[in-house]
Amino acid sequence: MSDDIKTLTARLADEPASLAFLELGEALRRRGQLDAAYKVARGGLSRYPALADAHDLLGRILGDQGDLAGAFDAWAEALRFDPMRIGALKGIAFLYFRAGDVPAALEHLRRAAEIDPDDPTIGQAVERVKGAGVAPASGSAPSARQPKASVEAPLTPTSHAVNGTTEANGRADHGIMLVDAKGLRLNGTLFSPGNEDVGDRVAAELAGVSKEASRTSRLLGLGGWQAIAVESPEGNLFLVAPTPDTMLLTVRDPSLPMARLGLIAERAAREARAWLESHR
Amino acid sequence: MTDAQATLERVTQVPGVKGSLLISGTDGLVVAERLMDGIDGRAIAALAASLVQRLDRATQQAGMPAPTFVHLRGNNGSVLAAPGRSDLVLVAVAETDANLGLARVQMLDAVGRLA
Repeated sequence: MSDDIKTLTARLADEPASLAFLELGEALRRRGQLDAAYKVARGGLSRYPALADAHDLLGRILGDQGDLAGAFDAWAEALRFDPMRIGALKGIAFLYFRAGDVPAALEHLRRAAEIDPDDPTIGQAVERVKGAGVAPASGSAPSARQPKASVEAPLTPTSHAVNGTTEANGRADHGIMLVDAKGLRLNGTLFSPGNEDVGDRVAAELAGVSKEASRTSRLLGLGGWQAIAVESPEGNLFLVAPTPDTMLLTVRDPSLPMARLGLIAERAAREARAWLESHR
Repeated sequence: MTDAQATLERVTQVPGVKGSLLISGTDGLVVAERLMDGIDGRAIAALAASLVQRLDRATQQAGMPAPTFVHLRGNNGSVLAAPGRSDLVLVAVAETDANLGLARVQMLDAVGRLA
């Protein structure tokens, strides 16, 4: 353990209510001790749930851990408590960039530049995003640009969809639905492009998909399955398994880049897990 | 080299792609393959065909046209499938760090030309 971490750990032990957790969490993150950093940040947040710095720190840690949806949520929380939090704006810009949504990334960087015009890293980030044009998104390649009007869509909570009150967002959002292993709808709704409720019919067809995906993934030596992305000319489908015996289907317009749909689906999966826990 | 073999060659050259094969979507039989040693093409064909069929049905029940691309992401890699016309499905197996964006583009381009 390095000296600064020892010192900060001792300080936090002496004064558990101090803000030393911010420095300690960041020091641990920089050293790559992400699990320890996460615990420290969570501990701090339990004392200071409205502290933007703490949410910002958690966003950085989750980002390093590869939990991009979690990082997005943490930075969104940081901005809720401090709309001028530059670190959170840059973090969200990076996530949009990763998801292939260059306009949204640039919009967040523009807001960051307005707050601190002298920060050279913001200008550099803008140049990189503009230069790349489209981010090297992991997972699927991004497709068409998202309409400006829906740039902030991922910031809206997805719980409305899981708890059964699907937001009327035009037919760009076809819905989200949680189904059990027997093909029965547990929650949520799904609409066809013609505005027909197709939830039960689709749920029934999904009955064997999780088992089939598990079998395919395992037999090919790919381990457990994490997600299935399905592209169709009139809608993109994204499937994840919040628990071993449930599947969450999110369907959106094809104009939403698939990688970004993945972020939305992963966040919804976490909410679905919480919902399932509360109903057991 | 046949068109099918040239297609598989191009897809397999994408960094991180371990192999590719052309299968019959209905019965899951291998039409052509280009796979690394140790990968069982028949198993991939059967499994991929079955999975694509299920997803095809789910997509159609959602009131949408048949899928144009399917990506199954596992902990240690991915299976990609691009259904084309004439019941053919182009399938690729990729490592975790593969360039999936390039593989997708190559596959969609390839099935378009095979049709």
